[in-house]
Amino acid sequence: MKRPSFSFLTPVLTPVRVAYASLPFSVRRWTMPILLVLFFVVALLSPSFINLYWQQVLIYVGINIILTASLNLVNGYMGEFSVGHAGFMAVGAYVASILTVWVFPRWGLEAYIAYLFPIALLVGGLAAGLTGLVIAFPSFRTRGDYLAIVTLAWNMIVKSVLENIDAIGGPRGFMGMQKLTSVAWVYVWVVFTIYLLRNLVYSNFGRGTLSIREDEIASSLVSVDTRKVKITVFVVAAFFAGIAGGLFAHIIQFINPRSFSILKSTDVLVMVYLGGISSLGGSILGATVYTVLLELLRPLQVWRWVVGPLLLVLLMIFRPRGIMGMQEWPFLIPREERAERVAALMERIRGRREAFAATAPVGGSSD
Amino acid sequence: MPILRIRGLTHYFGGLRAVHDFHLDLEPGELVGIIGPNGAGKTTVFNLITGVYRPTEGEIFFNGHNLVGKRPDQIVSLGIARTFQTIRLFKELTVLDNVRIAHFARTRYGVMSAMFRLPQYVREEAEIRERALELLDLMGLLEQANWVASSLPYGLQRRLEIARALATEPRLLLLDEPAAGMNPGEIADLMELIQWIRRRFDLTILLIEHQMRVVMGICERIKVLDFGETIAEGTPAEIQSNPRVIEAYLGEEAIA
Ligand SMILES: Nc1ncnc2c1ncn2[C@@H]1O[C@H](COP(=O)(O)OP(=O)(O)OP(=O)(O)O)[C@@H](O)[C@H]1O
Ligand SMILES: [Mg+2]
Repeated sequence: MKRPSFSFLTPVLTPVRVAYASLPFSVRRWTMPILLVLFFVVALLSPSFINLYWQQVLIYVGINIILTASLNLVNGYMGEFSVGHAGFMAVGAYVASILTVWVFPRWGLEAYIAYLFPIALLVGGLAAGLTGLVIAFPSFRTRGDYLAIVTLAWNMIVKSVLENIDAIGGPRGFMGMQKLTSVAWVYVWVVFTIYLLRNLVYSNFGRGTLSIREDEIASSLVSVDTRKVKITVFVVAAFFAGIAGGLFAHIIQFINPRSFSILKSTDVLVMVYLGGISSLGGSILGATVYTVLLELLRPLQVWRWVVGPLLLVLLMIFRPRGIMGMQEWPFLIPREERAERVAALMERIRGRREAFAATAPVGGSSD
Repeated sequence: MPILRIRGLTHYFGGLRAVHDFHLDLEPGELVGIIGPNGAGKTTVFNLITGVYRPTEGEIFFNGHNLVGKRPDQIVSLGIARTFQTIRLFKELTVLDNVRIAHFARTRYGVMSAMFRLPQYVREEAEIRERALELLDLMGLLEQANWVASSLPYGLQRRLEIARALATEPRLLLLDEPAAGMNPGEIADLMELIQWIRRRFDLTILLIEHQMRVVMGICERIKVLDFGETIAEGTPAEIQSNPRVIEAYLGEEAIA
């Protein structure tokens, strides 16, 4: 398929890209770490010079990076279509909030609440992961649109269940959370998440996931336990959505079932497909661009909620792989996977070959 | 004792009987061919052996394991690997990754080990990387290790598919029309390659092929299918002079 690209951007982007690519790798590999460090410095100092509003935006960017990168595992790397990520976020948000608002204080731990916050988040994430397991089991018996339907139903069920449990506020929502989420905390979790996901992606599981996306039958016929891979990846994605939910609850300090509707899931989908499938760097980019964009579109009021779904449709038609589809920032590639390391290993193997001189007949007439 | 033993294998697709009462005993180290006109049921036999379909009837035993009802990945782990009639590489992944994926079943580390880069993960990954590159080197694909699979010329894609199958460390290799789409020169290389890997990896090979030159040239025994039925069986010489075979192929391809 020929896809029209954002060709009007080419005159601007191409020189930048060329200039960047011409830098030596030793320089390029530091780009992201330096940006990240800068970011952290900004984040830590932010209370003193960034106003509260932009601090919040920074926090939302971070939360959305976690949501996007985790959903990318399922929708990008694996090529399935999960549309209920906000459902897992809700589980994490409510569980973490119940812990910090009711459980920890009841145990007389109120004074330590800031230290217990990571534990609340982890428990929220585990709860979300557990629900992910329950969803994944039946969903991955067959391939196809089944997952989309199940996750759609899941998202709606979570919302209506929450609306009907009066003890946690029903449709009115749940409040009383302290503002435990800070810019610095969010980005600690972002780095943690991206690091763990990167390691997963460059493992057997990650490669298995990609192979399922390319050809599931062929994948199982080269020994990949496709069902195990799919379930594992789905549960990991749900876990991180739960973490993001907990962080979210402790910044807005008030959650209600509507915060976790299909609209929220759609936003995450947009960020995945905007940034690029099968790319963690793409997810970081997509989440950042889209979150900031939505903030800038605030004056549009209700109309800005049209932007997400519309953008999603346009992306799926014109640029289904997103900005960085299947590409990765060098700094997100593990050291041992980088071209020069692999080249060195190849060189060693070539050196050893002479000793055996037993390679397969190559023949002169092929290719 | 045969390494593969198939008895009364029958498979229906709805009302269509694609394979009927198929029998086969493969002795270790044999190279056996399956031929037959289009739609004869050859690929279906491979799909039944590898667990892609569950047979309507019949038994398949591999080294004493009953394969019926097992998942494809379990069957591969037992030591059966295959290639496909139309190439099914992971096109957008690198040559190296295509081969590394085939190490899945023999890798022991878990998700946690991978996510936290525990020693087991680091060690096993290093092993996989090295073994995959060694295999690529053996197969003459080392220089293309970092290429995206789809960018390989056709002949090398076929070769990579064989390399990927070998990476699962099979005892039995099933090749489904490996010479399809190749020119005479490439076919000659392929025949040499098949015999070489058979010796090098100590394999038993079952080969589907339309190219009579290949089948007659390298197979020790041949089975002929037509409309799901086994119509003949024997050495290449016997098959070439069998009147039923000549009839089944009449007008399609001369048996040279
Ligand atoms: N998944 C399927 N569903 C329905 N019918 C099928 C399926 N796979 C194969 N068939 C039918 O079963 C019969 C045998 O097909 P098969 O692919 O095994 O033939 P083959 O001998 O490999 O032929 P070819 O030389 O063309 O590859 C054909 O009539 C085919 O149309
Ligand atoms: Mg066939």
